Amino acid sequence: MEPAARLDQNHELTLKDFPYIIRWRDDRCKRCGRCTAVCPMLSIYPSVKAKRTVGSFGPVPNPKVERSVETVVKQSTNIANYCTGCATCSLVCPNEAIEPEFNPAHKFLTHKNTGGHPYTRGGRRNDPLVSTLDRLKFTRISMLTDPALDAGRHEFRIRTYLGRILPPDELPIIAADDDRLAMDKNSTKFIPPVREIYPVMIGSMSVGALSPTMWEGLAMGITYLNEVEKMPVVMCSGEGGMPLRLLKSRFIKYFIPQIASGYFGWDEIIRAIPHMVEDPCAIEIKYGQGAKPGDGGLLMAHKVLKLISEIRGVPTGVDLPSPPTHQTKYSIEEAVAKMIQSMYMAWGFRVPVYPKISGSKTAKAVLNNLVRNPFAAALSIDGEDGGTGAAYNVSMDKMGHPIASNIRDCYLDLVKAGKQNEIPLIAAGGVGKKGNLAANAAALIMLGASAVSIGKYMMQGAAGCLGDENNRCNVCNLGRCPRGITTQDPKLYRRLDSEKVAERVVEIYKSLDVELKKIFAPLGRSTELPIGMSDAISADDPAIAKRLDISYVC
Amino acid sequence: MCRLSAITSGEYISPMENVLSLETMKEGHDGSGMGLILKDLGGEFESYKKYPILSGICSKSGMKELDNFMSAAGFKSVHSWHPKIKPVTGVKLRDCYFANVYDYPDEFQDKSITVKETLLLDTRLKLRSIGQEDESIIVFSFYPDILTLKEVGDPLQLSEFFGLDTSLLKAKIILAQGRQNTNYAINLYACHPFFIQGYGSMTNGENRAFMPIRDYLTSRGFPGYICYNSDSEGFTHILHYTNKVLGYPLKYYKDVITPLKKEEIEGRPDKDFVMYMKMCLRFLCIDGPNCVIGFTPDGSCFMVQDAKKLRPGVVGGVPGKYALVSEQCGLNSAISERDPSTDIYPMRYDMVIVSPQAKEVRVWNQLQGWTKTMN
Ligand code: SF4
Ligand code: SF4
Repeated sequence: MEPAARLDQNHELTLKDFPYIIRWRDDRCKRCGRCTAVCPMLSIYPSVKAKRTVGSFGPVPNPKVERSVETVVKQSTNIANYCTGCATCSLVCPNEAIEPEFNPAHKFLTHKNTGGHPYTRGGRRNDPLVSTLDRLKFTRISMLTDPALDAGRHEFRIRTYLGRILPPDELPIIAADDDRLAMDKNSTKFIPPVREIYPVMIGSMSVGALSPTMWEGLAMGITYLNEVEKMPVVMCSGEGGMPLRLLKSRFIKYFIPQIASGYFGWDEIIRAIPHMVEDPCAIEIKYGQGAKPGDGGLLMAHKVLKLISEIRGVPTGVDLPSPPTHQTKYSIEEAVAKMIQSMYMAWGFRVPVYPKISGSKTAKAVLNNLVRNPFAAALSIDGEDGGTGAAYNVSMDKMGHPIASNIRDCYLDLVKAGKQNEIPLIAAGGVGKKGNLAANAAALIMLGASAVSIGKYMMQGAAGCLGDENNRCNVCNLGRCPRGITTQDPKLYRRLDSEKVAERVVEIYKSLDVELKKIFAPLGRSTELPIGMSDAISADDPAIAKRLDISYVC
Repeated sequence: MCRLSAITSGEYISPMENVLSLETMKEGHDGSGMGLILKDLGGEFESYKKYPILSGICSKSGMKELDNFMSAAGFKSVHSWHPKIKPVTGVKLRDCYFANVYDYPDEFQDKSITVKETLLLDTRLKLRSIGQEDESIIVFSFYPDILTLKEVGDPLQLSEFFGLDTSLLKAKIILAQGRQNTNYAINLYACHPFFIQGYGSMTNGENRAFMPIRDYLTSRGFPGYICYNSDSEGFTHILHYTNKVLGYPLKYYKDVITPLKKEEIEGRPDKDFVMYMKMCLRFLCIDGPNCVIGFTPDGSCFMVQDAKKLRPGVVGGVPGKYALVSEQCGLNSAISERDPSTDIYPMRYDMVIVSPQAKEVRVWNQLQGWTKTMN
């Protein structure tokens, strides 16, 4: 028997199954077509509907029927064309006639697996709840016997170190005269390179994942901060190389080229080394990413256009997956040690080299290993709230380790070994998730991080990224970024003005600096970064306080 | 804010001089306690210079236990001093205040000073832990030519209580602190000055970087860096760590606790070392507000402030006798015969060092080097 489904749409989804439902107002719409043209998902489309109006005019009932055909805007119920809630349609509508509305009762994840393909996306973990970092507050306020400082008047040194620091008893020193010491120039002891940097750095986002205008905007902002504002903010390149012009410029010292398991872009970097006029700030070796632990990087074919193929040294239009681990070695400890050393060798042992891992219960074991490797310059740990350009939804939402307890455990382990000043910990993943950038960064520092790394906050703050933890937008993987941030399509990325991005980067850092001072001043700290000053923070939840070994307040 | 009074002299002086100087600065302390460290002792201790002195307070049973412990450890009692206690209202009398002089156990007689110092520290820490719970044994120092007295109360009353006004107790370097108590439960171990292996110091203000400093010191693997009943005990241990363990000349103490900026270090003749040292010891940076006054084993005394100079301090005197105090009125009381126009008010980059026997005073500036000499 022929099923009736074909007739009554039984196998179609209803709009109520979708995470965002478009509210379109017939009365306001002037049918300009801008919304349907701009929608990156093709979720809305112009359509027609037949309308039958029954009316009676005059004193005597005399019903008349009128039939008309009207143009309307309709929302697709095809799962591939789901509305992401990005609201670009609202942005372009001249009459405020259209906007997406979040539907908390949606069944999106149940259906977004057609063809046996699990849901993939970009963005962040979809968890709109308050993170641990936002449950911490600064409670040791200087009063009376130890006056608070003046955030506006006192001098604050908000700096940190990136690089392996020798313990004081291993420093090769000699007495230069009666009461003066000097470094022993004849000593053969290796003194690792160390950089003094601003403690909040921009984390690894690749040219490729980001559009040329976005990446250029960030790079210009970073350079301005260093050269004009004298704030030594540094930025990591992400996997996939860097523009040759930047590699050969004197500004490379503000950047950290990343090498990841696909080694994309490294042919070009290695060839550029003889032409470099400055050393890079450091080299980051990516072993993992908080947003998608166990996955390598992934640049989808539709983002591999000419510029990217040149920088990465690959053909255009192919998927560029990096393996989940570095494939060339058989023992991870050896691999890490050898890789770190090879990278040191490439720049004559003048550039700090450090690994980045995803937050994990095993982070302490990794750290333990690195502590015993005299070349490891730092350990960057990327917690589960980190972002990504492309990943499986299940990896983003359900895999990974929150950064707060991970960084705390690692720091306390270092303290136990007396090595808390030898190997800096860099914390990342969800810093500024709810907009509290300075507070989250300061809390992580007080839990034991030497520096923090931010990514999504920059995309939001500097370029207006639309994503949120209710899965708004989050289509960074498709190359259809409505803001022009994560796309290689010139039609889209030309929407983004790199000068404006650069300006916002500078504004964000300057206001961050003020807020950090506003946190450090009442704690009375200005000369050194309050790393591990855990007596200054408390949690509003006893279980969090217990786990982080800090006080509980209510 | 606690009041500090240190006097260093070529001649033996009485601790009453410090007490009276504290008295003139009374506005600033609330009489919640006084600590005294005497170094380079005269009077009845003059003939025992090479023997370690154990200073402390015990209950009756604690004293017995202490005696047993010491003799079991092989220490031989050589001399015993007890202050002539005169009960005064406001000071709670404890059973036994003492300073016992011992000879080293036989097997340590010919050992190096380093081995002996380790033994003395271990012994003090063991005694401390034995008496910790019931406060039956409280020991402040165990070291040759050092005597420590501490008690809760007003300094002037305490001097009467200990009979300092009539006692022959004298020394060439005396550190005294009148407490301004910020905690309700006063623990005598939290009372300044603090002492470890020849180094002593006292501080006013809070140590806001206490937690990172404590964690760094306790993880150095040195048994003496423990307890920290006061957040300021760290200052004494940083002094010991940098000067004794790491072997840095004394002036670098200032660079460790109040490091310069990168740009400021550029102008230093020892910039390579200072830059690296700043990184290596960044956890030992204090953040004020503090004035630190202390001495080293050779008898040098010093004063430093935090990097923002949030606590006052002044050094003045005449050759052969100088005082390092927190207020000028305290200095007037301690050495009235000096020319006040030569008084030194160390600024944020300065460290004032008075040489042994109070021969001369020098000011070392982090940016300019030695800037001033007074002799
Ligand atoms: S909100 Fe975005 S995805 Fe949804 S219809 Fe509008 S433009 Fe399209
Ligand atoms: S605006 Fe662009 S970068 Fe932001 S979530 Fe959407 S697609 Fe991703």
